[in-house]
Amino acid sequence: MIRIANGQGFWGDWLEAPVRLVELGPLDYLTLDYLAEVTMAILEKQKRRNPELGYARDFPPLIGRLAPKLRETGVRVLANAGGLNPHACAREVLRLAPGLKVAVVSGDDVTARIPGFVAKGHAMRNIDTGEPLENVVDRILSASAYLGAFPLAEALAAGADVVISGRCADAALVLAPMLARFGWRPDEWDRLAAGIVAGHIIECGAQATGGNCQVDWRSIPDLAEIGYPIVEMDPSGDFTVTKHAGTGGRVDSRTVKEQLLYEIGDPRRYITPDVVADFTSFAVTDEAPDRVRVSGVRGAPRTDFLKLSINYSAGWKATGLLTYTWPDALEKAQAADRIVRARLERLGLAFDEVHTEYLGHSACHGPAAHAVADPAEVQVRIGVRGQDRAAVDRFTRELIPLVLSGPPGATGYGDGRPEVREVVAYWPALIPRDEIEPRVEVVS
Amino acid sequence: MKVPLARLAHARSGDKGDIVNIGVIALEDGHYPVLVRELTPDRVKGLFGDRVRGKVERFELPNLRALNFLLHGALGGGGTLSLRLDAQGKTFAAALLALEVETGE
Repeated sequence: MIRIANGQGFWGDWLEAPVRLVELGPLDYLTLDYLAEVTMAILEKQKRRNPELGYARDFPPLIGRLAPKLRETGVRVLANAGGLNPHACAREVLRLAPGLKVAVVSGDDVTARIPGFVAKGHAMRNIDTGEPLENVVDRILSASAYLGAFPLAEALAAGADVVISGRCADAALVLAPMLARFGWRPDEWDRLAAGIVAGHIIECGAQATGGNCQVDWRSIPDLAEIGYPIVEMDPSGDFTVTKHAGTGGRVDSRTVKEQLLYEIGDPRRYITPDVVADFTSFAVTDEAPDRVRVSGVRGAPRTDFLKLSINYSAGWKATGLLTYTWPDALEKAQAADRIVRARLERLGLAFDEVHTEYLGHSACHGPAAHAVADPAEVQVRIGVRGQDRAAVDRFTRELIPLVLSGPPGATGYGDGRPEVREVVAYWPALIPRDEIEPRVEVVS
Repeated sequence: MKVPLARLAHARSGDKGDIVNIGVIALEDGHYPVLVRELTPDRVKGLFGDRVRGKVERFELPNLRALNFLLHGALGGGGTLSLRLDAQGKTFAAALLALEVETGE
């Protein structure tokens, strides 16, 4: 049996979680999943401003902090912290934690190869919308292929203490130690699928241990000290989900099922680089307090394609807020929206979208919102998005004047004008897997 | 008898691009057939009205006593394109749990 934990569910997750995972109990591997679709866009902007950036900057100082404990315990780390610049990330890790053996898994960055792919006739249509790539091809900023677990396992086999990858499938970080330790072959579909299911359960960190959990949330113990999830994987592919003793949170079949359903599509075909997992195939049972058993996972052969994550430039946006109070808070907020829109129209400004929501009334749930008669406060939140930066900038000057020239009692403008933000948008596509060549290098 | 869905199920929602997924899980095994019968894609689409521009798909996971819904075109473009406060669809699950369903009892 091997113990694999995940200590970051995204870049920005609780900084203490990975430290506590290493310090508070037994562990063999610590994974850290920093990358979301939105994160890739942020990293692209950062790398454009500074070519030495483009990776998760929390990671090197974390390894610096953990290094003595990693040496003492032998816990090995796998992270997709490399983002769009894994080699720069590795250099910073080696600067802050000299002496650790660091491996870089790359080959995911195919930005420079997109024109070649197009010339070869690869369509790279948007998976979600079916749109052809030519709609955005001249605005592409970066493109990364989702790598699988085998190159990560190769890095472990080469003796790396810390494995840094660029874009890889989130769950691949968790599957890789199983490949390295149990020697699972690339066609053992059921076992690979079990590793992916285990990875999916823990890749969002505390969402498997009682965080963001709908069921009976008041009764979940000590969220302030929540334990992050640990998988105890057997060579057979059956596994237990748990957390360190004495930590907060809860692991039961309900918390685990909520995470199993999180951000999946067709549950019979959960497609990853290494295997297609069947989420309708297995049993989830409560084994003991804070221990859940998952058994009988089935998988099907991998597809001939890898997914691409393409960033492209999609204009500019800004959103701003004004707050109105009782009485008639909603009516005042709606009047403010009408005034702003009328002024924008008279200025002749063109936007791709102008969107208004009313916080305290219906911002999140829309038509499904729970109705409240005459609420104490309502915030009007107006957003615009468009190709003309000057127009978006002008919009940011049209909210605060309403404090003096609109409906009575507007407040909450203390942070000043809204910020104009560049929109780096996400284009998911497919590429034949034989176009992608992962590279594994030990850099220390 | 009509009850809020929250009495029979728990749920979590998230995003993939412009798609919201809502996983709905029966609190007890016996509640699962009620979910299958009551939570039709049309009812889920109707609840969110013009917030969902595309189709609603439903998948069954009998092993987990759970349903997975995909709400297409539900996030104003999704990701960084979205101007929504809830651009990642995190709150859709809570809205669905308020739906009144017939238990058949």
